[in-house]
Amino acid sequence: MSHQPPDHEHDHQHGKDPLCLEIFARLSEYLDGELAAEDCAGIEAHIADCPPCVEFVKQLRGSIEASHHFRVPGQPAPVDAELRERLSQAWSEALARKHQDAQQD
Amino acid sequence: MAGDASAFEPFVQSFQAKIFQYTWLTCGQREDAEEVAQETLLKVFESFDQLREPEHVRAWVFRIAKNYCLMKRRRSVYAPEREYSLDELLPSFDGERSLQIPDESEVPEDALLRGELNARIETAIRELPEIYRSVVLLRDVEELSTSDTAGILNVSEDVVKQRLHRGRLALRKALASYVEAK
Repeated sequence: MSHQPPDHEHDHQHGKDPLCLEIFARLSEYLDGELAAEDCAGIEAHIADCPPCVEFVKQLRGSIEASHHFRVPGQPAPVDAELRERLSQAWSEALARKHQDAQQD
Repeated sequence: MAGDASAFEPFVQSFQAKIFQYTWLTCGQREDAEEVAQETLLKVFESFDQLREPEHVRAWVFRIAKNYCLMKRRRSVYAPEREYSLDELLPSFDGERSLQIPDESEVPEDALLRGELNARIETAIRELPEIYRSVVLLRDVEELSTSDTAGILNVSEDVVKQRLHRGRLALRKALASYVEAK
C-alpha cells in the first residue's frame, strides 16, 4: 500500500482515487484492529490528508457503534410455568450427567 | 457456571433476551422468533453438559439458535442469495449528505432520537441479504469474535471479514439514505 497522501492540487478525485478505493476495502479490518501496524500507518497517512475518507471512516465507525447499541424493541414473552419446569428439569439432568462424568474421570 | 445450580435463573434471564433478539432479526416473524427462541433455550439446557469450552458459551448458544433458525426458515431453494459488490456500496461523495449518527455518550437523554435510530437500524439489518445479516448480527450486535462467528456459521474467518465489511457498508448506506430523506 502506498503511503503517499493524495495530491489535492491535481487530479485526485475524492472517493475515486485508487488509494481511496483500496482503503475502503479494508476499513473494517482497520477499525477492528485486525491490520498489521504497517497497513494501519498507511491508512492513517492517507486519511490525514483526505477529508472524504475521514468522513467515511467516521460514518462507518458511527454505524458500527450504533449496531453495538442496538436492541430489539420489546421483550420476549415471559417463560411460562410449563417451559420453566422443563428447563429446570433439563438443567438438573445436565448437571447430574456432568457430575457423573467428572466422577468417572 | 455449568456446575452451579444457582446459575439457572441468571442464565435464563441473560440468554432469553439475547436469543430472542437474534431469532427475531433472523426469522422475521415474532411468532416464529418466540418459538425458535424457546426451542433454543430448551436445547441449551438439555445439552449443557456437552459444553466443552465454557469461555465460548455465547458462541455455543448462538450456534444452536442459528441451527433452529435454519430449520424454521421457509426459503425457496430457487431464490439465489443476493451478494453485494464493493462498488455498489461505495459512497457518492458528490452530494451525499453527512451521516449524523448520535453518539451514545453525547445524547444519553434523547430517547426519541435514539428510538428512531434504533428502528432504522432494525429495518436496515432486516433488509440485508441473509449472508451479511447473519455476520453483522453475530459480530456487531452480539459482539462475538471473528473466530467464534466463523465457527457458528461454518465459514472461514476471511469470509466472515468480507461479509462483515460489506454488511457494514450496506448499513452505513442505508442510514445515510435515512438522513437524506429526513
